[in-house]
Amino acid sequence: MENPRQHIMAFLGRFFRCETLNGDDDIFAAGFVNSLVIVQLIGFLETTFSITIEDEDLELPNFRSVNRILALIEKKTAAKSQPNDYGKIASAVDAN
Amino acid sequence: MQIELSSRQKEARSRFRSFAEQQIAPYAGQWDNEQRVPSHIFAELREHGYLGAPVPAEFGGGGMDAITYGLLTEEIGRACSSVRSLLTVHDMVTLTVLRWAKPSLKEKFFFRMSRGELLCALALSEPNVGSDSSSVETTARHDSNHYILNGKKCWITYGQVADLFLVIAREDNGVSAFLVPGDTPGLTRRKIQVVGTRASLVAELELSECRVPKDSLLGKSGFAHLQAVAAALDFGRYSVAWGCVGIAQACLSASLDYCSKRKQFGVTINKHQLVQRKLSEMIAGTHAARLLCCRAGYARQIGDPQAISEALVAKYFASRTATRAANDAVQLHGANGLTENYPVSRFLRDAKVMEIIEGSTQIQQIAIVNSPPSEI
Repeated sequence: MENPRQHIMAFLGRFFRCETLNGDDDIFAAGFVNSLVIVQLIGFLETTFSITIEDEDLELPNFRSVNRILALIEKKTAAKSQPNDYGKIASAVDAN
Repeated sequence: MQIELSSRQKEARSRFRSFAEQQIAPYAGQWDNEQRVPSHIFAELREHGYLGAPVPAEFGGGGMDAITYGLLTEEIGRACSSVRSLLTVHDMVTLTVLRWAKPSLKEKFFFRMSRGELLCALALSEPNVGSDSSSVETTARHDSNHYILNGKKCWITYGQVADLFLVIAREDNGVSAFLVPGDTPGLTRRKIQVVGTRASLVAELELSECRVPKDSLLGKSGFAHLQAVAAALDFGRYSVAWGCVGIAQACLSASLDYCSKRKQFGVTINKHQLVQRKLSEMIAGTHAARLLCCRAGYARQIGDPQAISEALVAKYFASRTATRAANDAVQLHGANGLTENYPVSRFLRDAKVMEIIEGSTQIQQIAIVNSPPSEI
């Protein structure tokens, strides 16, 4: 995905003016981000970046700023590239 | 840009319409009077695959795409809003469980839910809590391997007969969602009489020390507003929006028919321009509402996160259109419209419900301003 920051800014731009928004600015502080926006943000992140937001990711600090959202995407993408238990078992079966 | 149903969707709509016209519409007035949809209709819906229709086929559901499901909801809603409301509440809970329940909970219930063998209802509203759903007073406390629920729920559509309830309750850390079987000790139900969607078996629930296993919790504790509640209400709004198109279409069809037969001043009243004005507004409103629903459905089908905003707009517009159409339909029928010889007074009572459920018109207005869909 090229320039995820731009994608996130474009998404947030639907809800409030964010031309002057810095990476660490608190997007909740302005009062435009309610639960409905967060639900859509989660849907947007899952669809756009092919990740799954799990229960343990649902901490508001993870979504508080553009940089925190980018960090979450990076973490989820990295986790995805690691083989999970099923992947390890499948690899072991293949090796045999 | 092309907005057209596929041939498969058109065929499906013909099947839905035929079912609704034969099995539901002729009896809707009677069920409204008796204040109950009879249980054989649950069986009919189940046999036709209309309960759990939007659940993907690989999970035991009907595998209907969002627009085909919308067409089903419109056709059933055109015949009887009370029956349509069963599709709405059952499917909103079923899909929420599919998305947020733990595997062990799904194993217990999901297959039977997706086939409509277990009927589901949403238990969110309370005597003191309507629009401000984050303030529910029903409590859930953790007790080793169980949760214990206490509180009152009201306006629970199909609460008189549901096998499973999605109960929204407060924990110390926020609001959570639980799947609670209807036969849980401590859960009692009482019939509530309403004036709209009268046959939808509305109930009040009381939960007194209801003990459910720990895995009854959906999603993360304290996060129901970002998970289960959000998912359920989003689907509910989508389903209700299509149901409103059904009511508006029913009003239009009844009015066109009546106005082409009723004579005043020597001509059928559809020749009078003020009558034509009402009919034309009904036609345009119904058409526009259906297009908004199609757009919301398309957004769902392609997995667009804006589907939520599209459904908000569709529900807002369609519910107001249905109320206006029903009001005009009664007016066009004159005194006849106030009798039970014609269905339009039922349509009016049912339409008003649509402006209140799954977020009132005023709540939709706030939500739309805060979360508008982008330009096409």
